[in-house]
Amino acid sequence: MSQATATTAITAVCPECDAVITFDRAPLNGQIVRCPDCGVELEVVSINPIVLEVAPEVEEDWGE
Amino acid sequence: MRIAMTYTRLRTEELLLLDAFEGLGIEVEPIDLRAVVFDPMNPGRWSAFDAVIDRSVSLTSTLTAVRILEGYGIRCINPLRAIEACSDKLSTTLALAGAGVPQPDVRVAVSPDAGLEAVEAIGYPAVLKPTVGSWGRLVDRLNDREADEAVLERLDTHGSAKQGVFYVQEHVNKPDRDIRVFVVGGEPIAAIVRHSAHWVTNTARGATAEGLELTDELRHLAVNGAEAVGADVVAVDLLECPERGLVVNELNHSMEFRNSITTTGVDIPRFVAEHAAHIAEGATA
Repeated sequence: MSQATATTAITAVCPECDAVITFDRAPLNGQIVRCPDCGVELEVVSINPIVLEVAPEVEEDWGE
Repeated sequence: MRIAMTYTRLRTEELLLLDAFEGLGIEVEPIDLRAVVFDPMNPGRWSAFDAVIDRSVSLTSTLTAVRILEGYGIRCINPLRAIEACSDKLSTTLALAGAGVPQPDVRVAVSPDAGLEAVEAIGYPAVLKPTVGSWGRLVDRLNDREADEAVLERLDTHGSAKQGVFYVQEHVNKPDRDIRVFVVGGEPIAAIVRHSAHWVTNTARGATAEGLELTDELRHLAVNGAEAVGADVVAVDLLECPERGLVVNELNHSMEFRNSITTTGVDIPRFVAEHAAHIAEGATA
């Protein structure tokens, strides 16, 4: 788990590789983003401050 | 007009939908179902919405929320009936059969011995599927009786109660591809073809997709399939059977479309948002 860095842009830090992730707009809880550096899928689990966690790939009842 | 979009994860599809609503100037409130406590007897703040579009990736969350929301009298997209018919393969089979929509041959049994008979009735190879499942998971192709016995024994010993339902489907000897038609508000809006050397042609399992021109036959089957389950927004998957032509294999009530916009040139989220607004307007009127 990692907290956002305080800059003018909306950013957060990838908990896997510490890369800075920039958001075009304020993210929403549950939003999925991909780290541009390590490629892992992350979930926004808090928006104030922005906190990212590695997103689960699949759970039993997920699907279309 | 007010619309809510319920979700459990905001994936690319959900973000595209929010953008589409915004682009149309339609107010939509995203609501994370994981943070919601429902009072089934009192709609509370939900009564402010004319319609709710559910985009939860969790079927359990979807069914729970939509059951309650429809109990409040709120129009949901898709309706509970459609979600139930699409999410359970036996329900899909029954809905398609009732509407006379061509589909692969199916047998169903509730014991391993009868499951073996079901496979023998279908003939080898046969496909054994969980009645509830997605993204091509836990689907077995049974090429011969030995494989059949091994899989049925495994399910009987280690499977859950739900896996005690043996849903056996004819293996359609299709070319290395299947077809998906996106239907919104009873209109087929786009189609893709998914290629894979693997017999499971699912993009979640590595299949690649490209756009496909909609033929009259595809339109007809997709619309009939969508009507059979009562869906507002649905992806209809079809297989090309060498003997019987096109058959409807399954329907997806919470369709994924992120890779189908560029390939088809169709703004799928915009169609979905427009239709949701149309439904909400009807609910308001």
